[in-house]
Amino acid sequence: MAEKKSLGKEFTKGLIAENPVLRLVLGTCPTLAVSTSVTGALGMGLAASIVLICSNIVISALRKIIPGKVRIPAYIVIIASFVTIVQMIVKAYAPAIDESLGVYLPLIVVNCIILGRAEAFAGKNGVLASAVDGMGMGVGFTGALLAMAIVRELIGTGAISGLQIFPAEFAMIIFILPPGGFFVFGMLMALANKIAESKGKPKAELHGCESCPMAANCSLISKGGCDDNVKEATVG
Amino acid sequence: MTKAFLSILITAILTENFLLSKFLGICPFLGVSKKLSTASGMSLAVIFVMLLATAVTYPINTLLVNNDMAYLQTIVFILVIAALVQLVEIVLKKYIPSLYSALGIYLPLITTNCAVLGVVILNVDNGYNFAQSMVNSLGAGLGFMLAMVIFAGVRERLESCDIPKFMQGLPITLVAASLTSISFLGFTGIVDGIFG
Repeated sequence: MAEKKSLGKEFTKGLIAENPVLRLVLGTCPTLAVSTSVTGALGMGLAASIVLICSNIVISALRKIIPGKVRIPAYIVIIASFVTIVQMIVKAYAPAIDESLGVYLPLIVVNCIILGRAEAFAGKNGVLASAVDGMGMGVGFTGALLAMAIVRELIGTGAISGLQIFPAEFAMIIFILPPGGFFVFGMLMALANKIAESKGKPKAELHGCESCPMAANCSLISKGGCDDNVKEATVG
Repeated sequence: MTKAFLSILITAILTENFLLSKFLGICPFLGVSKKLSTASGMSLAVIFVMLLATAVTYPINTLLVNNDMAYLQTIVFILVIAALVQLVEIVLKKYIPSLYSALGIYLPLITTNCAVLGVVILNVDNGYNFAQSMVNSLGAGLGFMLAMVIFAGVRERLESCDIPKFMQGLPITLVAASLTSISFLGFTGIVDGIFG
């Protein structure tokens, strides 16, 4: 499918039509965890995008060399290497962001978006297309994170990265606590579904197993799936 | 001594619950929690792998730190966990088929689960010794199970509810998760209260 599409389409599909967070429902953990502040969301989005683009490029360049049977471990090593590099750079030049991302920075390794794109796109397409795909997905991920972070930080603290919008005593602190994360994400998802529906697209659903990068090795699928609702994979 | 272990355990289960306050392992939380049986099976497998991964990565980490190679942590940990899960699956299948039939199907799902890698990295970041790491992993696993089982119960009730069309599916599940998470906020400060 990729050959027929232009590079522009590869890029824009990640922004809205196949937004990794709101449409494909991947990478929910970092989305919920680091969206308490706009700065943290930007840092996370940028770090994950860099890893995504670099690993997409390397994986697609090596796609003919890596044997099919060990591709997942090979992908993991490539991704983990880039995560380590990003981790070292962030620690050295932006210690404040390292502090606010904490354990979620190394956990980019297991971010389903990255392994998911490696499996669904970079392992099958050319270097340029994979790089553009990574960029689009990265921007889409950052955008969704920012949307969550703006809502949560504004309502939760009354300010957006230091700029006071309304007095802090009216802020609802629960929005920057974990329950607020789930709630804002639920509302954002409902909005995304509403917009998708008005355009005649199916609403986003958690695909349980199939969108999981490990799906190919997973015996759950042959047994009827995680939740008895295995559907055709829509990823890739 | 016992007090310190208990405090780590209760913190990991209640106040810093992996699913509801740290957001680690959200994919299985939303994906596998529709039925109580799958939720508990998945949780048992997570506890098992978390303990095993901690036991194996602790000596490896000491080795890395002693050789000035701590920067390799992320790569080594994820590979060790992935290899370990595969190995456990093969061993269980061959020697303990009854356990395999209960946990085996969940094992591949856990390899790239952020909860397992998360607990291993957190143990290192917190500077826990071996015993403390094991207790923390046990607590994280038990907390995972507690949240999964409670949430599976909530979702079974949701099945029969009349839900507005735009909220059906994932949005209502997330709002339900939010309410479950609020109930866990009630535990804030409990550890200081008991052990402080």
